Amino acid sequence: MKAFLLYPQQDFDLQRPLPPHHQALTQDLALNTLFQAMARGDTLILEVVQKVLLGSTTDLDTIQYRQQILQDCLQNTAVVRELYQIPIEAQKNKQRGWMGIYSSYPSGILSSALEMLQMFMQLLQKLKQLSDTHAARFTSVGFKRFFAMIQAELNDDYFATVQDHLKALQFRDGVLISAALGPGNEGRDYVLRKPHTNEQSWLERLLSPKEPIYSFRIHPRDDHGARAVSDLKNQGINLVANAVAQSADHIDNFFKMLRVELAFFMGCLNLAETLAQMDAPYIFPTPVAAAERRHFYRGLYDVCLALTIQQCIVGNNGAADDKEMVMITGANQGGKSTFLRSIGVAQLMMQAGMFVPAVEFSANVCTAVFTHFRREEDASMTSGKLDEELARMSDIIDAITPHALLLFNESFATTNEREGSEIGRQIVRALLQKRIKIFFVTHLYELAHGFYAQQLPNVLFLRAERQADGERTFRIIPGAPLKTSYGIDLYRNLFGQPIIDLPKLHTL
Amino acid sequence: MTWLSILFTSAAAHAAAEAALAPACFADLNLDQVIAEITATRQAYNLTPFFYAPLSDLDAILYRQEVMQELEDKALTAVIEQFAQKMSRARSYLGLLEKLYYKQHKEGWFLEAVLTYCEAVTILRDGLNQATLRSRGLRAMQTYLHDYGRSDPFVKLMTDAKAVKAALETVRYCLILNGDTVKVRGYADESDYSAEITQTFARFQQGAVKDYRVKLAIGSGMNHIEAHILKLVVNLFPPVFAQLEAFCAQHGRFQDETICQFDREIQFYLAYLAYIAPLKWAGLSFCTPTLSSQHKAIHATAAFDLALASKRVDEGNTVVTNDFYLQGAERILVITGPNQGGKTTFARMIGQLHYLARLGCPVPGRQAQLFLYDQLFTHFEREEALSNLRSKLQDDLVRIYDILAQATPDSLLILNEIFASTTLQDALFLSQQIEARVIALDLLCVWVTFIDELASAGPQTVSMVSTVVPHNPAERTYKIVRQPADGLAYAMSIAEKHGLMYQRILERIPS
Repeated sequence: MKAFLLYPQQDFDLQRPLPPHHQALTQDLALNTLFQAMARGDTLILEVVQKVLLGSTTDLDTIQYRQQILQDCLQNTAVVRELYQIPIEAQKNKQRGWMGIYSSYPSGILSSALEMLQMFMQLLQKLKQLSDTHAARFTSVGFKRFFAMIQAELNDDYFATVQDHLKALQFRDGVLISAALGPGNEGRDYVLRKPHTNEQSWLERLLSPKEPIYSFRIHPRDDHGARAVSDLKNQGINLVANAVAQSADHIDNFFKMLRVELAFFMGCLNLAETLAQMDAPYIFPTPVAAAERRHFYRGLYDVCLALTIQQCIVGNNGAADDKEMVMITGANQGGKSTFLRSIGVAQLMMQAGMFVPAVEFSANVCTAVFTHFRREEDASMTSGKLDEELARMSDIIDAITPHALLLFNESFATTNEREGSEIGRQIVRALLQKRIKIFFVTHLYELAHGFYAQQLPNVLFLRAERQADGERTFRIIPGAPLKTSYGIDLYRNLFGQPIIDLPKLHTL
Repeated sequence: MTWLSILFTSAAAHAAAEAALAPACFADLNLDQVIAEITATRQAYNLTPFFYAPLSDLDAILYRQEVMQELEDKALTAVIEQFAQKMSRARSYLGLLEKLYYKQHKEGWFLEAVLTYCEAVTILRDGLNQATLRSRGLRAMQTYLHDYGRSDPFVKLMTDAKAVKAALETVRYCLILNGDTVKVRGYADESDYSAEITQTFARFQQGAVKDYRVKLAIGSGMNHIEAHILKLVVNLFPPVFAQLEAFCAQHGRFQDETICQFDREIQFYLAYLAYIAPLKWAGLSFCTPTLSSQHKAIHATAAFDLALASKRVDEGNTVVTNDFYLQGAERILVITGPNQGGKTTFARMIGQLHYLARLGCPVPGRQAQLFLYDQLFTHFEREEALSNLRSKLQDDLVRIYDILAQATPDSLLILNEIFASTTLQDALFLSQQIEARVIALDLLCVWVTFIDELASAGPQTVSMVSTVVPHNPAERTYKIVRQPADGLAYAMSIAEKHGLMYQRILERIPS
């Protein structure tokens, strides 16, 4: 029995390590705000949404599979929340009853496993009842398969068979064990046997009446003897104890997996609820294949910023279809970083199978999202800082593959503009050749202008909008790189018109 | 049967080796570490005396070299390892008997010992028979085993043992354990209940879960309950146990002495080869050295210090190898150069090569021509307090005097930083005096020193220097050469260092 709510044919692996760049990604995109909003204090949801979002899938079918399930969840919120309580109850019962298989003796293992199985059986029956009542209301492939499985595997006959076994395993008539002689004539191959029914053994007695049975009793004060007998018994029931304990574990794991996979959707439900309260829009996006180049968005906003300031933000509109690179220049405090983050977060949410914070959104999936952001501590222009920044860049090169999405924010600014631009140019050219999709926020005029001058059809230039009076609108609109972002503003504010031309800049 | 050993060509040499003590040079050459590690996992065989006794007879060395070379064959080694394991197990079964009480329990383990011994002999006989052998030692053993395997006593031993075992294996019985009552009866084809339970819960399989099978202590013991049960099982199957009893009475001492001795002695080879295997795997070479008791022209290529190499390979580090040669009148290698440059290691290495060659072992290096010395003397700096400089200098001199008194023209002398604790003038004077005596004796000598003058005493001396990276004198190469080597300069920009130039990035990212 498998929940299979995150992948059509696969368990979700909570242990799978996060991609090596996940820390940078979380920090640069301020993802913790998103995770916290989804988790609402539930540590399991927190862990799961983190893993799902950071380890996002590239498989379009899987994305669609989750989108459908999530839509089902949004339609049947109450039932899904009730379903989520069943595995939680299993966990609570275990804790309350101090259940767990800790014994180092088969007899102890067997008895604690039987106790757990009894408890699980009640919850499985509850799951069956919930399925009987509500299954018909679900339309997604994932939920339909899930409920069909419950109906098929957990029928009444099955519950009866299990009850019979649970009773037989109490061994009221003693334990029957077969054995053979090993080296040194020591008994071995102890195998627990199912006694023949009474009728058979009557027949057997008739056929071989002389089959001898020898027996002896252990003296009541012979503690060693009693222990020796219980050792033998333990050898006999070792395998069956293992089988029962593993079964208990399997059911336990089924509940855990169900809880884990549902936790993701619970996180989504929580977020949807919060966004609805803020009147902030969200929409199921249309992903396209990794090899295509698509970015089309309306009302795209940075969900983490919205969650932080607790209000709806006006988003950006844009279209970057067939573009390999989007280069963003323009005024400081103009919303460039926020825009860059909204691109990254939306990409991760889309590839997790979630809705995205926009009115309309479509993009090609990417093999992974990488961020190369200028760090606060990198402010001073020393070669040590450049070294650190380029070391991070080199780590990205080690991990990156074609059709990844790489977000640059003020990269290569830890050295002078000439050098920074040259380093950036070499890196960007190579990345584009390797078909890596780039969003690049930069102040490096030489770098941006160099690409602009080439009139490349697959590069889009955006600019932070600034009105004639210098007022920022926080909107990112198409526009060529301008020679300076804010230096001239500053100069002019202080000195008025420059008296000589700015030196002619090197063209790339 | 005739006397036969895989290690020695004469019973006298064998006897002498058994009584051997650690040679004086052992600690200085770090051979104590090497031998301790070689023998560590094979304590039961008591191999250490064999490593303390270098051979003087060229033919006896050759006898071992042949076996060593033959054992390079993995298939053959595997056969011998299997044989050794079985022999070892048979011994431990026999050792067990003395600790056991119950009759059928003892008899059962005796039978196991015999069966295991027979397997060991058969494995070795068949293995040697299938191999094409060239070494005198293993060929002799091949013939011996061929004859022994066909001998009446061995054939009967094996046939009887197998028959009893087969009878015991047919025994099947059932226990019914209920409270304080134990019932024993025959097995009546009842079905496996564990399998049924597993089947019932199979639908919940969720990948790997913990294995709850308890590793119950199933030892070589038998408590009184198990013994009682066994007694009842004997009642269920009387003829089988009568057969076992007769077998034990008939075959008392069953092991052959020559085979037991082979079992121990062959471990000398296996132990050494096992020790050098990881070094070979790490890319280091070993070779069978050519030995001469006449010519003092020695040479080796890609040689290294065995103790150090073993440690470095263990830690996953690389090993620097060195070459050396002496030709014509050359007798003394004078090693100078910066500290921590591998000088002592180099001197030690030459000593080790010569010692190991006399044991008949492969030596570190791609190729080696070595001298069959009669005595190996070492004089290494001993750490001592600064306060007794005078006594230390005196001590140094006394030790050198003793060495030179015992040395013959066929001896090998390794000196490491002697007279380091006196003034340069003193050291120069004393060293030159000693050097003249060494030359006069025509000794082969390796001399690590800080006194450059010693390197140019005459046609007998050869100067070798430990080298550094030319542009970074702090970095050592651990190469000891007759001439200094050139280094390569390099400088990279930060971006280049990180591999972030256009072309490099294209190479680094997969397509």
